[in-house]
Amino acid sequence: MSSKKAAKDERKTIAVFKFASCDGCQLSLLELEEELLSIVGAVNIVYFPEASRVMLKGPYDIGLVEGSVTTHHEAELIQQVRRQSKMLVTLGACATSGGIQALRNWKDVNLMVRTVYRNPDFISTLKLSTPVAEHVPVDFELRGCPISKYQLLELLSATLAGRKPNIPTYSVCMECKRRDNVCLTVAQGTPCLGPVTQAGCGALCPSFNRGCYGCFGPMESPNTDAMIALFRNLGRSDPEITRAFRTFSAWAWQFRQASEECEHERKAR
Amino acid sequence: MSAKQGKSAGDGKPIKVDYLARVEGEGGLYVQLKDGQVQDVQLRIFEPPRLFEAFLEGRHYTETPDITARICGICPVAYQMSAVHALESILGTAIDPAVRALRRLFYCGEWIESHALHIYLLHAPDFLGYEDAIRMAADHRALVEQGLRLKKIGNRLVAVLGGREIHPISAAVGGFYRVPSKRELCALVDDLRWALDASIATTRAVAGFPFPDFQQDYEFVSLSHPDEYPFNEGRVVSNRGVDISVAEFGEHYVEQHVKHSNALQSRSKERSSYLVGPLARFNLNYDKLPEVARQAASECGLTVPCLNPFQSIVVRAVELIFACHEALRIIEAYEPPPAPRVEAPVCAGVGHAATEAPRGLLYHRYEIDSRGLIVKARIVPPTAQNLKRMEDDLWHFVPQLKDRTAEEVTWQCEQAVRNYDPCISCATHFLKIRIETG
Repeated sequence: MSSKKAAKDERKTIAVFKFASCDGCQLSLLELEEELLSIVGAVNIVYFPEASRVMLKGPYDIGLVEGSVTTHHEAELIQQVRRQSKMLVTLGACATSGGIQALRNWKDVNLMVRTVYRNPDFISTLKLSTPVAEHVPVDFELRGCPISKYQLLELLSATLAGRKPNIPTYSVCMECKRRDNVCLTVAQGTPCLGPVTQAGCGALCPSFNRGCYGCFGPMESPNTDAMIALFRNLGRSDPEITRAFRTFSAWAWQFRQASEECEHERKAR
Repeated sequence: MSAKQGKSAGDGKPIKVDYLARVEGEGGLYVQLKDGQVQDVQLRIFEPPRLFEAFLEGRHYTETPDITARICGICPVAYQMSAVHALESILGTAIDPAVRALRRLFYCGEWIESHALHIYLLHAPDFLGYEDAIRMAADHRALVEQGLRLKKIGNRLVAVLGGREIHPISAAVGGFYRVPSKRELCALVDDLRWALDASIATTRAVAGFPFPDFQQDYEFVSLSHPDEYPFNEGRVVSNRGVDISVAEFGEHYVEQHVKHSNALQSRSKERSSYLVGPLARFNLNYDKLPEVARQAASECGLTVPCLNPFQSIVVRAVELIFACHEALRIIEAYEPPPAPRVEAPVCAGVGHAATEAPRGLLYHRYEIDSRGLIVKARIVPPTAQNLKRMEDDLWHFVPQLKDRTAEEVTWQCEQAVRNYDPCISCATHFLKIRIETG
């Protein structure tokens, strides 16, 4: 640790916290291979267990949170993290909308635990996997499963410069147009969640000849009803449409509502 | 319960690491000593359970590679590969030879990216005495830059095939959604040639690190293929005479509930803990390595069997050489397949597959119904298989550290765990978790 004699470190401090997740979003920080050494020149990463043994106490200027809240311990921890972080940013689909593990939210979690574990009584877990914002106020949310490392870089640069990060909230369709992709739905009848999904990936799946599966979660004002109607026109069954909305951002309210509508419609029929 | 035991046993101070750094995921370490004798070793895993096997039930088989990738952000390709092979074995899909080659190439990218991450950013700081690679870069900038560039090249390879480095989107049952052109792959050749040289340099550099004098009589387990260093297929073999098909894996290697750790840990049925990963692959498949990799290994005095787990960093570097060499070989021979993927009619059944994730053998088993929906899933990740072995290493390693300070012992124990490049995020989707409150 820096001695008292050393010049005061003016760099903003960053802490990286992990909740229920796959580690992929925080890994994005290390995936900024070319920029990494410049980043650590501009900010002081003081708590990042995946990368360092040094774990300094808060308060921190920026707290980056990966993962969703799934245990009692995590529910307490997120309160501490909020108290210690001047600015709190969620990294990716788990922290922003509960992640793939939010699929438990429509099932009996005790039954699920019994499916996976031999002695379920050792497992302490919550019924729901919830996003950070359901527990504490969040200052900024980075979408994606995983996040775009360039959006992370933009967020850090903007924060250091004292400006608002330039992160678009329009749909994947805009990125497809910009890449000159032929629309898969129009040309091939491929179901694609692009129209209701927030941009950020660079229209990756359509560029690889597959429909978008919505890993950046709902865009600002998604017309999910029209999306459902379109999927039905393309011959998709309601269980298929339900599953399409229930992946990595299943608990984001717009996707959640859409999937429940399809599910209930199915039951009503 | 164990907290009480800990207190009553305690003459010596326990070695405690509440939060293991430079591993993927959340785990802690607890070693209880009495009169220099180890009383208890616990790798405490407090990574929250995510229940993947449970919520895979009822999903369509085609979604499986995308969903299982999310078990691990560091080795998503491994999860996609084990999943597609297991499902293809149910459907009887015969993949095109070019697709097979592309999958090996995909894996090369992940090995390069993951091994470079571990060697340079996670493990090397232990040997050179730094808290992390960022602090190490202050004195060894060229070394860290070399590691970052290697990692970037691995990532680029994954991205060319899969669209992005983390949770790539192109792998599918039957092949890929899109396959690259020859030209796209050839654009990687210069970088890969540099990476091959850098890997040889890496091997030499890490072979010069100071290694504790520590050897164990391991049971090594890995895939084995008659002609290739193993990635996507082969039989499961061990140096204790095991030679079985992947479908028999579940009969020979079982998970047990161990009282002192409250964690499900894999063991071989007849014996006990075993080791998967680079050390196992190297020792069991040395003759399948290309000449350039074997030569670098022997120059550095690395011979078969290598029984010192601390030298796994050198073995990882040798595997880097292999992965770069193999990638170049595949690109040179590549001709795009007639179709990116083949589709087979859905049928009910059970399928198994194992592939070699960077950290070791990754086993998947699926049962699907006639609609293609998953009825049952089972996933055994490499770190879960190595957990018991990590604890066993500590049982034997700690007594060697008698004269060291507490801080040194703690650091060395952490290093001994990091030898395995553990990925706790992977392991925990089925591990027993208990947070000790008492």
